[in-house]
Amino acid sequence: MLILQCPYCGVTAEETELHAGGEAHLKRFGPGSSDDDFHDYLFMRENPRGIHLERWRHVSGCGKWFHAARCTQTLEVFGTYSAQTTEPPQQIKDAISAKRPGWSWRDVSG
Amino acid sequence: MSEAVSALNGASFAGLARVEETGLGGMITLRGDFTSAGFQAAVKAATGCAVPELRKITIADRGAVAWMSPDELLLLVDYAEAEAVTASLAEDLAGEHHMAVNVSDARACFTVSGAAAREVIAKVAPVDLAPGQFAPGDFRRTRFAQVAAAFWLDEADVFHIVCFRSVAAYMFNLLSTAAHPQAQVGVYS
Ligand SMILES: [Zn+2]
Repeated sequence: MLILQCPYCGVTAEETELHAGGEAHLKRFGPGSSDDDFHDYLFMRENPRGIHLERWRHVSGCGKWFHAARCTQTLEVFGTYSAQTTEPPQQIKDAISAKRPGWSWRDVSG
Repeated sequence: MSEAVSALNGASFAGLARVEETGLGGMITLRGDFTSAGFQAAVKAATGCAVPELRKITIADRGAVAWMSPDELLLLVDYAEAEAVTASLAEDLAGEHHMAVNVSDARACFTVSGAAAREVIAKVAPVDLAPGQFAPGDFRRTRFAQVAAAFWLDEADVFHIVCFRSVAAYMFNLLSTAAHPQAQVGVYS
Protein backbone atom coordinates (compact mmCIF):
# COMPACT_ATOMS: atom_id res chain seq x y z
CA MET A 1 0.00 0.00 0.00
CA LEU A 2 1.41 3.34 -1.07
CA ILE A 3 1.01 6.16 1.45
CA LEU A 4 1.65 9.79 0.47
CA GLN A 5 1.32 12.95 2.52
CA CYS A 6 -0.71 15.58 0.68
CA PRO A 7 1.27 18.85 0.83
CA TYR A 8 -1.94 20.90 0.71
CA CYS A 9 -4.06 19.44 3.51
CA GLY A 10 -1.39 17.50 5.37
CA VAL A 11 -3.34 14.24 5.36
CA THR A 12 -1.27 11.07 5.26
CA ALA A 13 -3.39 9.51 2.57
CA GLU A 14 -3.32 5.91 1.51
CA GLU A 15 -3.52 4.95 -2.11
CA THR A 16 -7.29 4.52 -2.31
CA GLU A 17 -7.82 8.18 -1.42
CA LEU A 18 -5.51 9.26 -4.26
CA HIS A 19 -5.52 9.19 -8.02
CA ALA A 20 -2.36 8.71 -10.07
CA GLY A 21 -1.73 11.44 -12.62
CA GLY A 22 1.25 10.09 -14.54
CA GLU A 23 4.69 11.52 -15.06
CA ALA A 24 5.66 14.83 -13.47
CA HIS A 25 7.14 17.97 -15.00
CA LEU A 26 6.07 17.43 -18.61
CA LYS A 27 6.63 20.46 -20.77
CA ARG A 28 3.76 21.03 -23.14
CA PHE A 29 4.46 21.40 -26.83
CA GLY A 30 1.35 22.64 -28.60
CA PRO A 31 0.46 24.53 -31.77
CA GLY A 32 3.52 25.84 -33.57
CA SER A 33 5.90 23.27 -32.13
CA SER A 34 7.88 20.84 -34.25
CA ASP A 35 6.43 17.41 -35.02
CA ASP A 36 9.23 15.76 -33.04
CA ASP A 37 8.62 17.88 -29.94
CA PHE A 38 4.88 17.32 -30.15
CA HIS A 39 5.37 13.56 -30.62
CA ASP A 40 7.65 13.35 -27.59
CA TYR A 41 5.28 15.44 -25.49
CA LEU A 42 2.34 13.21 -26.39
CA PHE A 43 3.89 9.77 -26.28
CA MET A 44 7.32 9.55 -24.70
CA ARG A 45 7.16 8.71 -20.98
CA GLU A 46 9.67 7.53 -18.44
CA ASN A 47 8.99 4.06 -17.08
CA PRO A 48 11.81 3.56 -14.59
CA ARG A 49 12.48 0.72 -12.21
CA GLY A 50 13.61 2.97 -9.39
CA ILE A 51 13.29 6.68 -8.75
CA HIS A 52 10.31 8.31 -10.38
CA LEU A 53 8.69 11.76 -10.18
CA GLU A 54 4.94 11.66 -10.54
CA ARG A 55 1.76 13.70 -10.32
CA TRP A 56 -0.91 12.60 -7.88
CA ARG A 57 -4.28 14.02 -6.97
CA HIS A 58 -5.83 13.91 -3.50
CA VAL A 59 -9.08 13.05 -5.20
CA SER A 60 -11.10 11.82 -2.22
CA GLY A 61 -9.69 14.53 0.01
CA CYS A 62 -8.90 18.19 -0.58
CA GLY A 63 -8.97 17.64 -4.36
CA LYS A 64 -5.57 19.18 -5.05
CA TRP A 65 -2.91 17.95 -7.46
CA PHE A 66 0.62 17.55 -6.09
CA HIS A 67 3.95 15.91 -6.94
CA ALA A 68 5.60 12.87 -5.40
CA ALA A 69 9.12 11.45 -5.57
CA ARG A 70 9.22 7.72 -4.97
CA CYS A 71 10.86 4.46 -5.93
CA THR A 72 8.78 2.22 -8.19
CA GLN A 73 10.75 -0.84 -7.16
CA THR A 74 10.54 -0.59 -3.37
CA LEU A 75 7.60 1.85 -3.01
CA GLU A 76 9.86 4.00 -0.81
CA VAL A 77 8.60 7.59 -0.78
CA PHE A 78 11.23 10.35 -0.75
CA GLY A 79 8.73 13.15 -0.38
CA THR A 80 5.79 15.07 -1.83
CA TYR A 81 5.79 18.65 -3.02
CA SER A 82 3.74 21.46 -4.49
CA ALA A 83 2.20 21.24 -7.94
CA GLN A 84 3.25 24.83 -8.63
CA THR A 85 6.76 24.00 -9.77
CA THR A 86 8.45 22.76 -12.94
CA GLU A 87 11.18 20.84 -11.12
CA PRO A 88 11.58 19.15 -7.74
CA PRO A 89 12.65 21.49 -4.89
CA GLN A 90 16.11 21.10 -3.39
CA GLN A 91 14.92 19.32 -0.24
CA ILE A 92 13.33 16.59 -2.36
CA LYS A 93 16.53 16.20 -4.39
CA ASP A 94 18.48 16.04 -1.12
CA ALA A 95 16.13 13.41 0.30
CA ILE A 96 16.66 11.22 -2.78
CA SER A 97 20.43 11.80 -2.76
CA ALA A 98 20.62 10.72 0.88
CA LYS A 99 19.23 7.30 -0.07
CA ARG A 100 20.37 6.90 -3.69
CA PRO A 101 23.59 8.84 -4.30
CA GLY A 102 24.26 9.56 -7.95
CA TRP A 103 20.62 9.27 -9.01
CA SER A 104 19.14 10.95 -12.02
CA TRP A 105 15.74 11.20 -13.69
CA ARG A 106 15.40 12.73 -17.16
CA ASP A 107 17.60 15.84 -16.89
CA VAL A 108 17.15 16.14 -13.12
CA SER A 109 19.85 14.89 -10.73
CA GLY A 110 20.90 15.33 -7.13
CA MET B 1 -42.43 26.99 -4.33
CA SER B 2 -42.37 23.22 -3.95
CA GLU B 3 -41.87 21.63 -0.57
CA ALA B 4 -38.27 20.50 -0.24
CA VAL B 5 -37.65 17.10 1.34
CA SER B 6 -34.43 15.31 2.17
CA ALA B 7 -33.34 12.23 0.23
CA LEU B 8 -34.40 9.61 2.80
CA ASN B 9 -37.05 11.46 4.82
CA GLY B 10 -35.09 11.14 8.05
CA ALA B 11 -34.46 7.39 7.91
CA SER B 12 -32.73 5.95 10.96
CA PHE B 13 -31.14 2.71 12.09
CA ALA B 14 -30.18 1.55 15.58
CA GLY B 15 -27.43 -1.03 15.99
CA LEU B 16 -23.90 -0.78 17.37
CA ALA B 17 -24.40 2.94 16.78
CA ARG B 18 -27.35 5.06 15.82
CA VAL B 19 -27.40 6.13 12.16
CA GLU B 20 -29.72 8.93 11.18
CA GLU B 21 -30.40 10.99 8.11
CA THR B 22 -30.73 14.45 9.60
CA GLY B 23 -32.88 16.11 6.97
CA LEU B 24 -32.25 19.21 4.93
CA GLY B 25 -29.12 21.20 5.70
CA GLY B 26 -28.14 24.54 4.21
CA MET B 27 -24.73 24.27 2.55
CA ILE B 28 -22.73 26.86 0.66
CA THR B 29 -19.48 26.21 -1.15
CA LEU B 30 -17.27 29.26 -0.81
CA ARG B 31 -13.94 29.64 -2.57
CA GLY B 32 -11.56 32.54 -2.24
CA ASP B 33 -8.46 33.84 -0.50
CA PHE B 34 -8.55 32.85 3.20
CA THR B 35 -5.99 35.53 4.09
CA SER B 36 -8.11 38.38 2.74
CA ALA B 37 -9.72 40.53 5.46
CA GLY B 38 -12.79 40.98 3.29
CA PHE B 39 -13.16 37.22 2.87
CA GLN B 40 -12.82 36.61 6.60
CA ALA B 41 -15.39 39.31 7.36
CA ALA B 42 -17.84 37.85 4.85
CA VAL B 43 -17.54 34.38 6.39
CA LYS B 44 -18.09 35.87 9.84
CA ALA B 45 -21.13 37.82 8.67
CA ALA B 46 -22.62 34.74 7.00
CA THR B 47 -22.17 32.25 9.82
CA GLY B 48 -20.87 33.94 12.95
CA CYS B 49 -17.72 31.81 12.60
CA ALA B 50 -14.07 32.55 11.97
CA VAL B 51 -12.28 30.89 9.03
CA PRO B 52 -11.24 27.49 10.42
CA GLU B 53 -7.70 26.20 10.72
CA LEU B 54 -6.44 23.42 8.46
CA ARG B 55 -8.85 20.41 8.55
CA LYS B 56 -11.01 21.94 11.29
CA ILE B 57 -14.59 23.06 11.62
CA THR B 58 -15.68 26.12 13.58
CA ILE B 59 -19.19 26.02 14.98
CA ALA B 60 -21.35 28.88 16.26
CA ASP B 61 -25.05 29.29 17.07
CA ARG B 62 -26.03 30.45 13.60
CA GLY B 63 -23.89 28.13 11.53
CA ALA B 64 -20.59 26.40 11.02
CA VAL B 65 -17.63 26.64 8.65
CA ALA B 66 -15.52 23.69 7.55
CA TRP B 67 -12.07 23.61 5.91
CA MET B 68 -12.41 21.81 2.55
CA SER B 69 -9.12 22.72 0.84
CA PRO B 70 -6.63 25.62 0.91
CA ASP B 71 -9.07 27.77 -1.07
CA GLU B 72 -12.46 26.25 -0.29
CA LEU B 73 -14.80 26.36 2.70
CA LEU B 74 -18.12 24.68 3.33
CA LEU B 75 -20.57 26.98 5.09
CA LEU B 76 -23.33 25.23 7.04
CA VAL B 77 -26.41 27.33 7.68
CA ASP B 78 -30.13 26.86 8.16
CA TYR B 79 -31.65 25.33 5.01
CA ALA B 80 -34.22 28.11 4.69
CA GLU B 81 -31.49 30.76 4.96
CA ALA B 82 -29.04 29.31 2.45
CA GLU B 83 -30.26 31.22 -0.59
CA ALA B 84 -30.26 34.57 1.22
CA VAL B 85 -26.85 33.94 2.80
CA THR B 86 -25.41 33.04 -0.61
CA ALA B 87 -26.76 36.30 -2.02
CA SER B 88 -25.30 38.39 0.79
CA LEU B 89 -21.93 36.65 0.39
CA ALA B 90 -21.90 37.68 -3.25
CA GLU B 91 -22.65 41.24 -2.17
CA ASP B 92 -20.01 41.29 0.57
CA LEU B 93 -17.38 39.85 -1.77
CA ALA B 94 -18.18 41.95 -4.82
CA GLY B 95 -14.93 42.95 -6.50
CA GLU B 96 -13.00 40.18 -4.77
CA HIS B 97 -12.07 36.97 -6.61
CA HIS B 98 -14.41 34.36 -5.15
CA MET B 99 -17.18 31.83 -5.77
CA ALA B 100 -20.23 31.25 -3.56
CA VAL B 101 -22.74 28.57 -4.54
CA ASN B 102 -25.75 27.20 -2.68
CA VAL B 103 -25.25 23.42 -2.87
CA SER B 104 -27.85 22.46 -0.23
CA ASP B 105 -30.02 20.43 -2.61
CA ALA B 106 -27.02 18.49 -3.91
CA ARG B 107 -26.23 17.02 -0.51
CA ALA B 108 -27.41 14.59 2.14
CA CYS B 109 -26.55 14.74 5.84
CA PHE B 110 -26.18 11.94 8.39
CA THR B 111 -25.17 11.49 11.99
CA VAL B 112 -23.60 8.46 13.61
CA SER B 113 -23.71 8.45 17.39
CA GLY B 114 -23.26 6.08 20.30
CA ALA B 115 -20.45 4.11 21.89
CA ALA B 116 -19.35 2.33 18.69
CA ALA B 117 -19.60 5.37 16.41
CA ARG B 118 -15.81 5.55 15.91
CA GLU B 119 -15.68 1.92 14.95
CA VAL B 120 -18.55 2.25 12.48
CA ILE B 121 -16.81 5.13 10.66
CA ALA B 122 -13.42 3.40 10.82
CA LYS B 123 -14.84 0.37 9.01
CA VAL B 124 -15.69 2.38 5.91
CA ALA B 125 -13.16 5.26 5.73
CA PRO B 126 -9.32 5.17 5.44
CA VAL B 127 -8.91 7.51 8.40
CA ASP B 128 -7.31 6.97 11.80
CA LEU B 129 -10.23 7.26 14.21
CA ALA B 130 -8.42 6.44 17.44
CA PRO B 131 -9.72 8.84 20.13
CA GLY B 132 -6.47 10.85 20.28
CA GLN B 133 -6.20 11.05 16.50
CA PHE B 134 -9.64 12.35 15.61
CA ALA B 135 -11.12 14.79 18.11
CA PRO B 136 -14.14 17.11 18.34
CA GLY B 137 -13.67 19.99 15.88
CA ASP B 138 -11.66 17.87 13.43
CA PHE B 139 -12.97 17.79 9.88
CA ARG B 140 -11.99 15.37 7.15
CA ARG B 141 -12.79 14.87 3.49
CA THR B 142 -12.34 11.28 2.39
CA ARG B 143 -14.24 8.38 0.91
CA PHE B 144 -16.78 6.19 2.68
CA ALA B 145 -16.33 2.86 0.90
CA GLN B 146 -16.98 3.84 -2.72
CA VAL B 147 -18.37 7.36 -2.37
CA ALA B 148 -16.91 10.77 -1.52
CA ALA B 149 -17.81 12.12 1.90
CA ALA B 150 -16.80 14.67 4.50
CA PHE B 151 -17.29 14.29 8.23
CA TRP B 152 -16.61 15.92 11.55
CA LEU B 153 -17.03 15.16 15.23
CA ASP B 154 -18.91 17.55 17.51
CA GLU B 155 -18.45 18.25 21.22
CA ALA B 156 -21.15 15.69 22.08
CA ASP B 157 -19.13 12.93 20.34
CA VAL B 158 -21.58 12.74 17.44
CA PHE B 159 -20.17 12.22 13.95
CA HIS B 160 -21.74 14.32 11.20
CA ILE B 161 -21.42 13.12 7.61
CA VAL B 162 -22.08 15.00 4.39
CA CYS B 163 -22.24 13.31 0.97
CA PHE B 164 -23.85 13.82 -2.41
CA ARG B 165 -27.60 13.43 -2.38
CA SER B 166 -27.42 10.98 -5.29
CA VAL B 167 -25.62 8.47 -3.05
CA ALA B 168 -27.71 9.02 0.10
CA ALA B 169 -29.27 5.55 -0.02
CA TYR B 170 -25.86 3.95 -0.54
CA MET B 171 -24.48 5.90 2.43
CA PHE B 172 -27.37 4.93 4.69
CA ASN B 173 -27.10 1.25 3.78
CA LEU B 174 -23.33 1.35 4.18
CA LEU B 175 -23.46 2.91 7.65
CA SER B 176 -26.31 0.63 8.73
CA THR B 177 -24.38 -2.44 7.63
CA ALA B 178 -21.27 -1.25 9.46
CA ALA B 179 -23.45 -0.68 12.56
CA HIS B 180 -25.13 -4.10 12.37
CA PRO B 181 -25.56 -5.46 15.93
CA GLN B 182 -23.63 -8.62 15.12
CA ALA B 183 -20.77 -6.78 13.38
CA GLN B 184 -18.84 -5.60 16.43
CA VAL B 185 -15.05 -5.57 16.24
CA GLY B 186 -14.36 -3.68 19.44
CA VAL B 187 -11.18 -2.09 18.15
CA TYR B 188 -11.59 1.14 20.14
CA SER B 189 -13.33 -0.26 23.23
ZN1 LIG C 1 -5.02 16.93 0.36
